[in-house]
Amino acid sequence: MLKGAADTAGLEHFKYDDAIVKRFVVATVLWGFVAFLAGVLIATQLASWKLNLGLPWTSFGRLRPLHTNAAIFAFAGNAVFAGIYYSTQRLLKARMFSDALSKFHFWGWQGIIVAAAVTLVLGFTTGKEYAELEWPIDIAIAVVWVAFGVNFFGTLVRRRERHLYVSIWFYIATIVTVAILHIVNSVSVPVTFWKSYPVYAGVQDALVQWWYGHNAVAFFLTTPFLGLMYYFMPKAAERPVYSYRLSIIHFWSLVFIYIWAGPHHLLYTALPEWAQTLGMVFSVMLIAPSWGGMINGLLTLRGAWDRLRTDPILKFLVAGITFYGMATFEGPMMSIKSVNLLAHYTDWIIAHVHAGALGWNGFITFGMIYWLVPRLWKTELYSVKLATAHFWLGFLGIILYMASMYVSGITQGLMWRALDGSGRLAYPDFVETVVRIVPLYWVRMVGGLLFLSGSVLMIYNLWLTIARAPKEAKEEVFAAPALHPLPVPALIAADRTPHRMLEGLPMVFTVLSVLAILVGSFIEIAPSFLAHDYVEANPVRADGQRRIKPYTGLELSGRDIYVREGCYVCHSQMVRPTQAETLRYGTFSRAEESVYDRPFQWGSKRTGPDLARVGGKYPDFWHFRHMADPREMVQGSIMPAYPWLLKDRLDLSSLERKLKVMRSLGVPYSDHDIERAEVEARAQALEIARGLESSGTPQGMHEKEIVALIAYLQRLGRDFTSRSGK
Amino acid sequence: MSVITVMLPLALLLGFGFTAAFIWMAAKGQYDDLETPAYRLLLEEEPAETGSQRKA
Repeated sequence: MLKGAADTAGLEHFKYDDAIVKRFVVATVLWGFVAFLAGVLIATQLASWKLNLGLPWTSFGRLRPLHTNAAIFAFAGNAVFAGIYYSTQRLLKARMFSDALSKFHFWGWQGIIVAAAVTLVLGFTTGKEYAELEWPIDIAIAVVWVAFGVNFFGTLVRRRERHLYVSIWFYIATIVTVAILHIVNSVSVPVTFWKSYPVYAGVQDALVQWWYGHNAVAFFLTTPFLGLMYYFMPKAAERPVYSYRLSIIHFWSLVFIYIWAGPHHLLYTALPEWAQTLGMVFSVMLIAPSWGGMINGLLTLRGAWDRLRTDPILKFLVAGITFYGMATFEGPMMSIKSVNLLAHYTDWIIAHVHAGALGWNGFITFGMIYWLVPRLWKTELYSVKLATAHFWLGFLGIILYMASMYVSGITQGLMWRALDGSGRLAYPDFVETVVRIVPLYWVRMVGGLLFLSGSVLMIYNLWLTIARAPKEAKEEVFAAPALHPLPVPALIAADRTPHRMLEGLPMVFTVLSVLAILVGSFIEIAPSFLAHDYVEANPVRADGQRRIKPYTGLELSGRDIYVREGCYVCHSQMVRPTQAETLRYGTFSRAEESVYDRPFQWGSKRTGPDLARVGGKYPDFWHFRHMADPREMVQGSIMPAYPWLLKDRLDLSSLERKLKVMRSLGVPYSDHDIERAEVEARAQALEIARGLESSGTPQGMHEKEIVALIAYLQRLGRDFTSRSGK
Repeated sequence: MSVITVMLPLALLLGFGFTAAFIWMAAKGQYDDLETPAYRLLLEEEPAETGSQRKA
């Protein structure tokens, strides 16, 4: 017994901070419910457009980012933090470095989530997927993340266990890489407190965004969960991990390969082909470490498979790892260009991410929580039967979800490309391909509902578990010898000047300085060399004009409305170079077309048709009525109506500043353009409104947001099609 | 595509960083023993003392 050894010199006594783990667990469960509920709501909106309610705050374009952010950063994020705070302390035999930092991390993160929920619904968004939050929140995320990093690395330095278990490695990779990804992708120039433009434009923005987007999946939803898997799977199975050697190989090969795979989100786009191929090759390679890890996790249960029948925790973990295996088999397959051509922009992608999010992240989290809660609250789980019911509800929900979305995705992908005997599109009206899959949207909704109801069972079960827990649980004291030489305390004791203290934390210091260097050099150099592209891609021609002209003030305002309403969530602006796409939409997209696009709006999903060539395709009046009620113009459309665009006043007060920011980023606006920005915009608005009013719309439309949006939509693709296309 | 001048060094920096970390850790002996860590995880630590024990 350790108690007897307590007097021996060098043995240190310490307590683990379980209060912080409890907080993160509760936050995980509650935000999980919110994320799943939002998911079911938007799934229903796709099945029945009426549920958009005709209100700006409840329309699909704003709620979909709310759902993804809640699922990734609120649900999965808090789950990761709970698991890391629990396992790190035990693996390192040390309390977290600072209770104050732990609390700051917890409350800071919850504050960010609330701020995200409010701003996204209000339409404050950068328009970059999974990085939608505007710059003040981005800064808060960076600060909280660095606090988490300091807390984690501080614990690492003070550890009482020399060896770093493989989970710790996964956590380190997570913390370092997420910081870099977030900062690099979020660099932007503010216009107002809730509006900014990214320093990257067009193809550059696309590359950075999907480098971030893919690695957010890699380092926010994969590496930390693998760390959790390597800790909680052996704990729950009461078996050592199948091969510790394999886990080390798994970790190092995974972190080397993952960072390069991002361009597979941009296959057949205007991204240079060599970059696409690079992304594809690395994505295919990823199957090796991913499956190594999956097999390692599953085989941990060797000799104890019978316990799967009775233990819901193992059910969750094993199913979660299996979904990881499926998703990481599917991912490399979908990265192969010819497969991607069919899958991209369809619901197949949605099925794929939900195998990961519901199956892998969700089930690992549920398994971990059912394992943790009784231990944290020092009691027994209220009901194993309810937990088992939760498993089956969730499992059935995922199956319905994935099956329906596979069928929907492949159906739509095939219909888009189908040609008839004479070489024309078999389904020229996009809406035909939408109407066909609406029944599957209902099936998906039922799947989501089952998953959600499973989580309600969990809340009930955990509530009663915690309610029956002993009121005053005793905090346990642990003992372990200190590592020699004593790292931090000795140094700090010797010299308490701030610099000494920082030096005493070599790893914290390293991470902080790397971050500082990255941020500094980035802000300094980015605009200058990024502006260079305009000269090359878009030279001034003999007639003194540029081929691709910057947006007019009104078009830019309209573009910001397009971003605000989340149009990019359902509409791509990227015609791929295939026969079916050029037949349907027009000339394929080229990189230089989007040189002024901040953010780029290539999109990732076509719930509606591509809009890269929509300019001039329909009259202004068509767009006006279409935005008021899409079904008036397109029968069977599932697009929400946007009646507020016809009522809300067009705000041009920050237009001058917008153009100034754009010019500082390299867009060739003249002094004249900037000074007269608002006047010119009003004039263009008046012109469009006159045309609209002559077709019979109400008077006064020149003051409404709709004219700006129409100006933008009518501009899309015009520089390219009107002059060179013919 | 000049953004590649940022992305590439950054990816290389991460890659080299991970390589350096790996070499460093291997040199420090983190991977000398690839068997026992898996078992050590399962050894439930016993508390040195609890409140009740202290009272007693």
